[in-house]
Amino acid sequence: MADRFISRGFLGKRRQPDVAGRVPPGQYVVNDFPVLSAGPTPRTPLDQWTFTIEGVVGESLKWSWHEFLQLPTQTFVVDIHCVTKWSKLDTRWQGVSVDTLFEHVELDPQAVYVIAFCDGGYTTNIPLADVINGQAFVAYNYDDRPLAPEHGGPARLVVPHLYFWKSAKWIRGLRLVETDRPGFWESLGYHNRGDPWKEQRYSGD
Amino acid sequence: MDNVQSDVNRALMLDGNALAGLLQEIFAVEMTASPTECASCGREGEMGTLLAFTQSPGVILRCPACESVVMRVVQTTKAIYLDARGAAYLRLERRIS
Amino acid sequence: MKRPLSWQIATVVDVRPETAKVKTFTLELPDWTPHRAGQHYDVRLTAPDGYQAQRSYSVASEPERNKEIDLTVEHLEDGEVSSYLHDVVIPGDQIEVRGPIGGYFVWESARGGPLLLIAGGSGIVPLMSMIRHRAAAGSTVPTRLLYSSRTPEDVIYYEELQKRRAIDKGIEVFHTFTRARPSGWTGYVRRIDHQMLREVAEPLGEGLQAFICGPTLFVEAAANALVQTGIKPEQIRTERFGPTGGSS
Repeated sequence: MADRFISRGFLGKRRQPDVAGRVPPGQYVVNDFPVLSAGPTPRTPLDQWTFTIEGVVGESLKWSWHEFLQLPTQTFVVDIHCVTKWSKLDTRWQGVSVDTLFEHVELDPQAVYVIAFCDGGYTTNIPLADVINGQAFVAYNYDDRPLAPEHGGPARLVVPHLYFWKSAKWIRGLRLVETDRPGFWESLGYHNRGDPWKEQRYSGD
Repeated sequence: MDNVQSDVNRALMLDGNALAGLLQEIFAVEMTASPTECASCGREGEMGTLLAFTQSPGVILRCPACESVVMRVVQTTKAIYLDARGAAYLRLERRIS
Repeated sequence: MKRPLSWQIATVVDVRPETAKVKTFTLELPDWTPHRAGQHYDVRLTAPDGYQAQRSYSVASEPERNKEIDLTVEHLEDGEVSSYLHDVVIPGDQIEVRGPIGGYFVWESARGGPLLLIAGGSGIVPLMSMIRHRAAAGSTVPTRLLYSSRTPEDVIYYEELQKRRAIDKGIEVFHTFTRARPSGWTGYVRRIDHQMLREVAEPLGEGLQAFICGPTLFVEAAANALVQTGIKPEQIRTERFGPTGGSS
C-alpha cells in the first residue's frame, strides 16, 4: 500500500499512560462516560418491569421491580473497557450479584452459556463461567444515583472483565442455554468472548 | 424526566445521510436517495430518511416508522460486515457507462 | 456522471472566522468535481502512529466555483477533528478529503421551488450552499430561510444573508433567537413552532419544497411542526447533525 498521508500536527485523543497496569492494550482512559447505543432508549414503566431467569433451569423465575430491590445488594467499584477503545476506572455501582440471582434457581449442569436479553431486542452471549463467582452483577445505581436511561437504566448487566458491549443495557433477564448463540454484535464480526486483556475485539482475533 | 429533551440517545441519533460515504464505499453507488422497504412494517422511503445510530460498536439504521433494525454495519480491521435482513430490498442504481 | 469515491489531498488556501466558534476553510482540490448543493465531504486525519479520525462536513460553497470548496466547521469543545481544524490548520496545510457525498439532501436549480429552508445552528451550512447555488445559477424561485440561533453572536453568514436579501427580492430571511436577542429586535424570539412556520411559509404556497437541517431534536421538532401546518412529509427533506451548541 502507498505511503499513508500524515496530517501535520495531528496526534489524536490524548493517550494517558497505563495507570499501574489497569489499562488493557489499545485502550485510553476517559473521565466522562460516553453514551453508546444501537437504538432509541427503551422505556418500560417500572410497574411493568420484570427480571427473568429462564432456560435450562429447574424452574424459571421472575422478579418484579419491587421484589428485585429487596434482594441483597452490594456496592461494586470496577474498571470498564469499551471495544471502541475508551476505559473508565473506578466506576461505582450498586446492584445484585448474578451469584445472588442464581441462588434462587436450580442450574442444570448442561447450562454452559447465558444469553442476556433486553428491552429493545439487544442480546449478548457469555459463558456461564464468566458470570458467576463474583464476576458479574445487575446494577441499578451508578455513582450512588439511579442508573440513567441512556446508560441502561433502570437496570443493566455489568461484566467488567469483558468488553463493555457484554454489559447489556436495559436487561430484562438471563437465559441459560446448552448451545452458544452469538448475540447482537457477536453475530456481526465482534469476538465471541471479548477479553480486553487479550484484545479480543473482532472474530478471528 | 422522561421527555424528549432528556433523551441523550435520541439527541445523538442521526439519519442515513451520515452514512452516505460508508454506504457508497460498500455498494459503489450513492444510496441515500435510493428507496428501500422495511422488512418489518413495510414502510418505504429513501435510505437518507432512516434513523442512524453511530455512537456504537457498529452503525445501525432503523425504520423511522417502527424503529426496527433495517441494516447493521461493523467495520473491523480486516473487513466490513453487513446485515441487511431488515430491508425487504435495496436498490442500487446503475452507473451510466 | 459517476466516479468512484476516493481520497485526495486538498490544500487549504484560506481560513477565516465566521463567528467565535465557527470557521470557514477554503480547500483547493486536485481532483475537483462540481458537487450538488447539500452534499458533504469526509475529512480524514492521520497521526504519525497511524491513528485516524474522520468526520463529515457539508460544503458551504456553490458548485459553480471551480476547483475549490468551502467547508464551514463549528468548533466543538471535545471535538477531535474540529479542534485540529480550528487550532492547528493554517493556509498551506494539506487535508485528506473524500467526496462529494450524498444524494438525498440536495437541491439544484433545475428542480425549481418554491423553497423553504429551515436551519438550526450549524445546519445553515448546506442550506447556504443551496442559496449560493441559486444565485450563481440565476434562479428566481421564491425562497424563504428560517434560521434559528441561540444568540446573535452565533449567527453564521449574517452579513452575507443581509446583502442577499437586499439585492434579491426572491429571497427572504427570518431569524429566531432562543437565548438572547439583538437589542431593538422585533422579530421571533422562541423555538420554531407551527405558528411561526405558518407565518413564514404561507406566501410560498402549498407546492413548496422544504429542507430542514440542524441537530436531531431541532430537526424533529421543526419537521413535526411543519407537517402540522399542512405540508406533506413527501415535501420535506431533512438532515440531522450531531448535537452542537448552535440552535436551542
